[in-house]
Amino acid sequence: METLYARPETLFDVPTHYCPGCGHGIVHRLIAEIIDEWGIRGKTIGLAPVGCAVLAYNYLDIDMSEAAHGRPPAVATGIKRVHPDKLVFTYQGDGDLAAIGTAEIIHTANRGENITTIFVNNAVYGMTNGQMAPTTLLNQKTLTTPEGRNVRNDGYPLRVCELLAVLDGTSYLARVSVSSPKNIMETKKAIEKGFRTQIENRGFSLVEILSPCPVYWRMDPIEAMKFIEESMTSTFPLGIIKDWDHD
Amino acid sequence: MKQLLTGNEAAAEAAILAGCRYYYGYPITPQNELMTHMAIRMPQVGGTFIQAESEIAAINMVYGSAAAGARTMTSSSSPGISLKQEGISYLAGSELPCVIVNVQRGGPGLGDISPSQADYFQAVKGGGHGDYHTIVLAPGSVQEIADLVYDAFDIADKYRNPVMILGDAQIGQMTEPVEFLKPTITNLPAKKWALTGAEGRKRNIIKSFYPVKGELEAFNAKLQKKYREIERLEVRYEGFNLEGADIVLVAYGTSARICKEVVKNSIKSDPEGKFGAGMRVGLIRPITLWPFPKGIIRKTSEKVSAILTVEMSAGQMVEDVRLAVEGRCPVYFYGRTGGGVPTSKEITEKLSLILKAKEESETFLVNTTSWSCSSSGI
Ligand SMILES: Cc1ncc(C[n+]2csc(CCOP(=O)(O)OP(=O)(O)O)c2C)c(N)n1
Repeated sequence: METLYARPETLFDVPTHYCPGCGHGIVHRLIAEIIDEWGIRGKTIGLAPVGCAVLAYNYLDIDMSEAAHGRPPAVATGIKRVHPDKLVFTYQGDGDLAAIGTAEIIHTANRGENITTIFVNNAVYGMTNGQMAPTTLLNQKTLTTPEGRNVRNDGYPLRVCELLAVLDGTSYLARVSVSSPKNIMETKKAIEKGFRTQIENRGFSLVEILSPCPVYWRMDPIEAMKFIEESMTSTFPLGIIKDWDHD
Repeated sequence: MKQLLTGNEAAAEAAILAGCRYYYGYPITPQNELMTHMAIRMPQVGGTFIQAESEIAAINMVYGSAAAGARTMTSSSSPGISLKQEGISYLAGSELPCVIVNVQRGGPGLGDISPSQADYFQAVKGGGHGDYHTIVLAPGSVQEIADLVYDAFDIADKYRNPVMILGDAQIGQMTEPVEFLKPTITNLPAKKWALTGAEGRKRNIIKSFYPVKGELEAFNAKLQKKYREIERLEVRYEGFNLEGADIVLVAYGTSARICKEVVKNSIKSDPEGKFGAGMRVGLIRPITLWPFPKGIIRKTSEKVSAILTVEMSAGQMVEDVRLAVEGRCPVYFYGRTGGGVPTSKEITEKLSLILKAKEESETFLVNTTSWSCSSSGI
């Protein structure tokens, strides 16, 4: 019998701690699939963030390290300089990357550090129970914006890809989502391109993935997917923001 | 062959000799010569030098290179070390070896750029969060900063623990002859736990996160066991003129250099090493601040009539001295802050006062309590 669909070997056969309808599991799976398909399990080193994905190393069967909140790009820099021949990626949430770790991501990108960042934007701080993130939409209700995000008090959602696009050190920047099977395929392609950018020594690559957090968005999983397509994408338009292939 | 180098440059050269090829830093006086020296030397030896965007980034780059199995180092001065504390806690929690040089300057806040020993607490008592220890080595000369940096890499690897070199602006910026007698290390220790890509083996994880109930307590017990082992094996100090001493100075680094002058002068003025009216002075110079040389201080306190701790701080190490002494003899303190360096004259005067108090009072121990807190220099 032909196997059409199976668990990637790089993904441990264990239940995850993620909430129902969370997008992290999908993204983990895509990374594991690529690692399997390319046969690079032994050549890949990953960085887990502080955030819901803090235990990513419990699911991905590769060499991995944790990093302090927001610091994965700096830690990845230290690893990549020692092992320039390995694929090094950071996996970060929006609080990790775009709030506490803003300096690290900008300067790592600006150095053209030859690593790949998987940036999971769920518009909220999941791990700490749903506070405002830098990427929380205007008027979006969170624990710390009970009346909705208010521009005068909280400023605007931060568009990371657009911010990094002006830096000469960035090579590949894409924004994708996991809101539909088609979008998931696009996400996989974008991660592949990010990894290829690194393998070909073309410098910094980042894939921003719009991802659902039904629990802290106070929605059911289907509504959450709709929220991505109908609301998130108008603030965070999908597409390739920068590509060395087309420049 | 002896060379004339600043302490900062000597530290950089020693690190290279010890096989350090990954240096990350952020400019701050008075450690700049170390960083700029690394900027020249690292490319020459095929190493990596990055001027990071902050001390936080630098210590996390160190974390990465340490996790990847390499010998790695960062350096800074007091305000920058404050920023690195989060990273140092993670390094300790993830059991990653590395070397951190702190060329101390005055504080708190921006303070000033002159020599200080006011970072003792943050170096020795942890600084960052959690139950951990950084091994802290305190050089007293340019030669010694070179020797200790070299050894620090071995100690760090042996225990999988961060090691801090606690110098100050004086040690960092003065020029003295230095000789590098130890060989260049090329065969670095194998690190089976390091991240190298899991080719042909089970994958490795570097982490300090133990969310399952009981795991963290077990991990902490393991760390504490390691710390007891370090306390047992790694204590270093220099004792000077301790034999038959009536009063003993305890000081490290720059303060200890001056204290040694005081002891030498006392020997000169009285060939029998008597100081003042028949008082013989000795010196204990802790070289490891953690683990602290408790044993020798305790032993000494049983024989002497007083101990005087001298620091370029408002009184930090003196707390550990008192803990070691446990009331066996009075412990006095003399300190200067804000760039003030204790002079041998000031220390001599303080010794004379202690002596006088002792002669004048039968209830010496009682009367010294107010003394022991005073520090007339500040
Ligand atoms: C220095 C520090 N500050 C705060 C925290 C608490 N904290 C843990 S995760 C997190 C936010 C994570 O949000 P995000 O990066 O968006 O990831 P998500 O959990 O949504 O996947 C915070 C604030 C911490 N662990 N360390």
